[in-house]
Amino acid sequence: MKNVKKQTFSAEHLAYLKKERRGKIFVILARIGLLILLLGMWELVATIGIVDPFISSSPSRVIKTIAELYQGGSLFYHIAVTLKETLLGFILAVAIGTLTALALWWSDTARKILEPYIVVLNSLPKIALGPLIIIWFGTGSSSIVFMTVIVGVVVAIMNMLGGFLATDKNKIILLRSMGASKFQILIKLVIPSALPQFIGMLKICVGMAWIGSIMGEYIVSRAGLGYLIVYGGQVFRLDLVMASTVLLCALAAAMYFLVVLLEKIVIRHPR
Amino acid sequence: MKDMHLLAFKNVDLTYHSKEGETHAVKDMNFDVREGEFLAVIGPSGCGKTTVLSLAAGLMKPSSGTITVRGKAANERAESFGYMLQKDHLFPWRTVEKNLLLPLEIKKRNTPENRKRVLALAEKYGLKDFLSNYPDQLSGGMRQRAALIRTLAPDPEILLLDEPFSALDYQTRLSVCDDVFRIIRSEKKTAMLVTHDIGEAVSLADRILVLTARPATVAAIHEIGFGDTEPLARRESPLFSSWFEKLWKELNV
Repeated sequence: MKNVKKQTFSAEHLAYLKKERRGKIFVILARIGLLILLLGMWELVATIGIVDPFISSSPSRVIKTIAELYQGGSLFYHIAVTLKETLLGFILAVAIGTLTALALWWSDTARKILEPYIVVLNSLPKIALGPLIIIWFGTGSSSIVFMTVIVGVVVAIMNMLGGFLATDKNKIILLRSMGASKFQILIKLVIPSALPQFIGMLKICVGMAWIGSIMGEYIVSRAGLGYLIVYGGQVFRLDLVMASTVLLCALAAAMYFLVVLLEKIVIRHPR
Repeated sequence: MKDMHLLAFKNVDLTYHSKEGETHAVKDMNFDVREGEFLAVIGPSGCGKTTVLSLAAGLMKPSSGTITVRGKAANERAESFGYMLQKDHLFPWRTVEKNLLLPLEIKKRNTPENRKRVLALAEKYGLKDFLSNYPDQLSGGMRQRAALIRTLAPDPEILLLDEPFSALDYQTRLSVCDDVFRIIRSEKKTAMLVTHDIGEAVSLADRILVLTARPATVAAIHEIGFGDTEPLARRESPLFSSWFEKLWKELNV
């Protein structure tokens, strides 16, 4: 039986485990090493003047710029602005997308009617709506949140609808044979079986939310990391552009890992 | 005498419709399932064996004719049936215990007494140590046993088994077959099994119903007469091969 845990391992198995662990440690070290190598080369190339650091910036200048932002008191302000827009847009896109997908699962007719609209909305480059969004929502952060939502929501709908529709037909028959109502089928089967799909959708939507918020700040903004990037580009301060990009990388990665953490908490059964 | 007939098909006809056209699936079907018996249904492949079970369970409505449980229309009595499919269809995100209690939740009968009864069943048939495990940690045979206990959970009057062993490998199939036979006998349940496997039908059933090719209708009903002999013992009996041959010929006319 597979569930019987062995407490004592053979010497061979212990050696195998050791080898596995060594392999893992090597990968982690190689990752860190590669990062140090890239940063070191970047710094070196800028310091000995192969490339003008005015064009390429350099790790030390990036750190200096972040320190300056921090001392000037604006670092956390810009981060907070972008983070708020991104998270709000992300939550709204996920919530609206999932609820819409549920409604489309519930009603076959609604799904058939709305399918072409969703396909068109999905293919449309959302940035084309930029001028409209400014006119409708003004130049405040609500425009940026709206941009974030429309970038993410269609992806959320399509992913979740796919997940809901992929529910095992035979499991539905099983529940129907027990006399289950459509609502019970939804609660007991369709939603729990689409949970892995939901986590997958969250991962995609993290990326989408950052695309949406930065794109929104490019179009219209007075603060935020996207604003700093555009501003830095306009005044040719590439240190600022690079520093903001590095901050973005860190924030996006942190958000992604939060989703991975959520996945570990929510999906406990072995697969 | 009438009470002996738990489930009755009377002049049942079924035509179903799809974009490709209409299919006359079942034609003038008449048979009874007696209280406490094990009825096996065999037929040429594609003749609509599963359709007969869906009709019995009320998942499909006949175009004409009646299906009754103790004289009452079957679709008003969804309570009477326990349906078991080819795969166990245990929900991987639920523990074995939660899987067994699923029918009670669906039927809103998740009372302490009912829970106790189901857990007693699980204990009686060797699932006690696996209750807090997830299905993917169980072997194929154990999973199928869990699926049977889940089917028995709401205390149905009739078990409808749709090729419940076909997803298992041969070795496991023989032992699960024995297992299922024993559990159904000791719980004194009435069962209707649909299968394409003649050997399975002969080793399990009291009576065997042979269907014709589509549109399916009853070609013959045989009293097998093995009594309480268990499946593996039946397979060793000389009667087994003579029944096997007879039925095989009937399916291939």
